[in-house]
Amino acid sequence: MLGTRSIKTTAKAWAIDLAIRMVDLTTLEGADTPGKVRALCAKARRPDPADPTCPPVAAICVYPAMVPVAVEALAGSGIHTASVATAFPSGQAPLEVKLADTKAAVAAGADEIDMVINRGAFLSGRYLEVFEEIAAVKQACGTAHLKVILETGELATYDNVRRASWIGMLAGGDFIKTSTGKVPVAATLPVTLVMLEAVRDFRDLTGRQVGVKPAGGIRTTKDAVKYLVLVNETAGDDWLDPDWFRFGASTLLNDLLMQRTKLTTGVYSGPDYFTLD
Amino acid sequence: MSDARVAVRKTYKLFIGGKFPRSESGRSYVAQEANVALASRKDVRDAVVAARAAVKGWSGATAYNRGQILYRVAEMLEGRRDQFIALGLPAAEVDEAIDRWVWYAGWSDKITQVYGGANPVAGPYFNLSSPEPTGVVGLVPPPSFLGLVSVVAPAIVTGNTVVALAAKDAPLAAVTLAEVLATSDLPGGVVNILTGDPAETAPWLAAHMDVNAIDLAGITDPTLAASLEEAAAGNLKRVVRAPLTTPDWSADPGLTRMTAFLETKTVWHPKGI
Repeated sequence: MLGTRSIKTTAKAWAIDLAIRMVDLTTLEGADTPGKVRALCAKARRPDPADPTCPPVAAICVYPAMVPVAVEALAGSGIHTASVATAFPSGQAPLEVKLADTKAAVAAGADEIDMVINRGAFLSGRYLEVFEEIAAVKQACGTAHLKVILETGELATYDNVRRASWIGMLAGGDFIKTSTGKVPVAATLPVTLVMLEAVRDFRDLTGRQVGVKPAGGIRTTKDAVKYLVLVNETAGDDWLDPDWFRFGASTLLNDLLMQRTKLTTGVYSGPDYFTLD
Repeated sequence: MSDARVAVRKTYKLFIGGKFPRSESGRSYVAQEANVALASRKDVRDAVVAARAAVKGWSGATAYNRGQILYRVAEMLEGRRDQFIALGLPAAEVDEAIDRWVWYAGWSDKITQVYGGANPVAGPYFNLSSPEPTGVVGLVPPPSFLGLVSVVAPAIVTGNTVVALAAKDAPLAAVTLAEVLATSDLPGGVVNILTGDPAETAPWLAAHMDVNAIDLAGITDPTLAASLEEAAAGNLKRVVRAPLTTPDWSADPGLTRMTAFLETKTVWHPKGI
């Protein structure tokens, strides 16, 4: 239903700017260095150095060890610093370690925490354990926002995705996020649809609004716009806001910038004109 | 079998990334009594993406390997000789085009010998220059088949990849050439051929920031040629200007069409230390 829809000119320009504002610019590599994180933060502040009208992104997403670097580089910009925690990406660590991981990231200045759920427990049917872990991590977060990564690529069925979404929301998650980006199957439109229905139903029932963050595998502007259409048509335009919908991405930003440049200059741009990371 | 067999008619399609898609726009037009895809600016964009993706593999292949593949193309051209003649091309022109292709194929491992070299320098260094491909080259070939071959072959033999906009009134030979290329071990995306109206698509190609050079051999309208050169200046493309008079494609082509899309890399290497 979404593949053939055309969104053009002013609507497209609006969608691109919104999508840029929704990007959690992410680097989660073993090879991350403070220099790379600083470079990424500079890009987060001004994604297109040639065009001051280009908005900044929503947040930088890094490993806990890189949080101090990101916090310092983003000071005063209003851009959030998100840190993955709880033994990302597998989540296979004792609860104390996960909580310590979370507290360290918050202490270092992260104002958003991306945790992974205990898939081992979830897939064995120990839902209470999953719930209690999320609630404990939420408590460890203090005032920091908690994003709950479901890792939908490992959950096997849409029923499981819906169940995990509800557990994440009931346990206090501020966001539910599809994936770590570290398994072959990451964010897909159908999975995001299930999650958007879950947050919509959850707000209808409890009055509390929870955000959604698809992450991994969204690489083109066309993909991003499809997600925005899905958000608008499923959850409603309350979610069309960086406070309630995010894209976890790294390569997506460059494609958004290329499309933006095409719209402002009228000629096709190329990857040579944007930074690699 | 009945005598009243209905011939299977062919739709001539685009050639992008080694595949034969219809135009993204769904448009087609009639040329040389056949239905031919009418490329849009988005087909140009897709073709440039395919050409860019092919640069690494093609420019990184050894000259020997590129030469082998181009000889293979000539073999396939020879095999389809009658098909080109059936399109209404004079047999002599088809033969000349095949010979021209072989001639360029032979240059793949020789152009570096002629245009590269060890330079004498005042110091303890080896100083070596070698010609390197420019990258993605946009081509507006002339309508003749010999002319088409004479602009495509020199651009790719040195390791560039191309997006060619076939002449509006003579697209069939270009699409048939694409069918030859698709069956010749040439990696997909090295040559992309778009049929349609170059007057419509060439400005997008000339202004595209990810195209490194453009050859205006087939542009006859001086106003269009000037505007294309202006658009090409946006990212300092190398430009082969439109010819002032109709060129004689059967004349000795010389090396200029190959060297137009080469850049010289020079390295200094200390010696004797």
